[in-house]
Amino acid sequence: MSESKSHQRRLKRSAAHERFRRAGNRVMLGLTGLMTLLAIVPLAWILLEVFMRGSSAMSIEFLTDTFKPTSMGGGGVWHAIVGTGILIGLAALMAVPVGILTAFYVSEHPNTTLGLAVRFGTDVLSGLPSIVVGLFVYTIMVSGQGYSALAGSVALAILMLPVVVRTTEEMLKLVPRSLREASLALGAPEWKTSFQVMLPAATTGVVTGLMLAVARVAGETAPLLFTALGSNNLSTALDKPIASLPLVLFKYALDPSRVRNAQAWAIALVIVTLVLILNIGARLIALWRTTRGVTQ
Amino acid sequence: MAESVMALPSRIPLPAAAARPASVANAATEAQASAKMMLDHVSVLYNVFTAVANVSLPVYANKITAIIGPSGCGKSTLLRSLNRMNDLIPGARLKGIVSLDEGDIYAPNVDVVDIRRRVGMVFQRPNPFPKSIYDNVAYGPRLHGNIKKSELDEMVEHSLRRAALWDEVKDKLTQSGMALSGGQQQRLCIARAIAVEPEVILMDEPCSALDPVATLKIEELMKELQNDYTIVIVTHNMQQAARVSDYTAMMMMRPDRAGEMIEFDVTTKIFTRPKDKRTEDYVTGRFG
Repeated sequence: MSESKSHQRRLKRSAAHERFRRAGNRVMLGLTGLMTLLAIVPLAWILLEVFMRGSSAMSIEFLTDTFKPTSMGGGGVWHAIVGTGILIGLAALMAVPVGILTAFYVSEHPNTTLGLAVRFGTDVLSGLPSIVVGLFVYTIMVSGQGYSALAGSVALAILMLPVVVRTTEEMLKLVPRSLREASLALGAPEWKTSFQVMLPAATTGVVTGLMLAVARVAGETAPLLFTALGSNNLSTALDKPIASLPLVLFKYALDPSRVRNAQAWAIALVIVTLVLILNIGARLIALWRTTRGVTQ
Repeated sequence: MAESVMALPSRIPLPAAAARPASVANAATEAQASAKMMLDHVSVLYNVFTAVANVSLPVYANKITAIIGPSGCGKSTLLRSLNRMNDLIPGARLKGIVSLDEGDIYAPNVDVVDIRRRVGMVFQRPNPFPKSIYDNVAYGPRLHGNIKKSELDEMVEHSLRRAALWDEVKDKLTQSGMALSGGQQQRLCIARAIAVEPEVILMDEPCSALDPVATLKIEELMKELQNDYTIVIVTHNMQQAARVSDYTAMMMMRPDRAGEMIEFDVTTKIFTRPKDKRTEDYVTGRFG
């Protein structure tokens, strides 16, 4: 009898404990949910603000016209779009081959002194303030020779490099070791194995990394301030100053004219849209990659 | 099972007394003429750890040699030393001599790429490249110089036919090799290995990831390929070793965890009259 009584008491106590535990669970769940919400508020807010304020000055002409004085309606940002395209394209052209080859070296010789040093180096580089990179490029390329699109894209390339190296390296790590062995066992030299088996197997990942790297530098302003300088003309010359979207935004946002201020928001809308497209594109490619099952 | 083992053709030349590793060398010398590869007192070390200790073993031409033994006894390590795949593992070293047609494959002037072309390998898990079926098979031939499209087509078809896969894939050569079933993938890997026309094919538990039907197909294929190639297979499956191999090497782990070969003989003997008690215990399932 007494045994069953104590058993019932224990049951009761455990029921109370259970209620307490469930309540605790609910509180914590609510708290994490709330914080998560808080974390995405800035993004949502920014998107909303940029869209609302940017759409008033946005039009087809705004995208296809070049600079005009405010007395003539203010013109558009075609010159800046072309400039940003050239800067980013050139930067990618420099950063991608170097980044991919570096990633190959690091992933195949991870524990050598050079491998470790390079990995540490890219980590440091990715944490470097972009204005420092700009200053560096200014010192070696601009002072004496003058501002140029080339200097701007070198600065952007330096900023892209660590992103390309790290993402490519991660993607190469995901390629099953058995594929590499299969190729080597067929009598393929290492470099052919790298380029004909490893790189194709990692392509989608590498493209994802590249898109993220582009998104990373698309809005960079600081390193361009004293390298590409900016320009009001439509220019494609690599040795002359060149316009870019973030620089024009910076200038227009500080302009006393309301027309320019509205245009600054429209530029913000262009940049944000570009970055969003790149990020979503990268996600889609990554998704496609996993569903297609490239890795075994 | 004993009966089927006994039914193996008697044309297999018996190596002379081959009871203990020490005497294997003798056995091999007598049968030198037909030995495609020779392992002479081979030890494989990973840094300071000895994975395989002092193995001497002949690999006879156009025969199937099985390496059996419990997990961790160094079978795969030994197999991978035959085409220098262990080179890829940092800290791996080899002592002793591994020869292919009497040439030391670890000699300093030997091109490892050339060795791997002559000694192909099929792995435990099917590992086709994420490329089309055609490109998988053509990968090897393409590595070794420019080949005309028509010649390449021919090589691909020939290899796929040899691997008994042609009829199943001839209409979908452009499809991804990854889309095939496990058994087909493994035969694709065999076709890929054959396409470079190796002399020896190493198989590292080629059926362990396959179902019995696919396993049977691979085994039949091995019997076929035996006419043109020398095959070495590592297997956990005793019946498989008994079914397909002509010779069997039995390996064991020593107390210091180094793998050693305790017996090498004609397969029928290993499975019916093993000299070593441990071999008998292992093949009869009393151990491991």
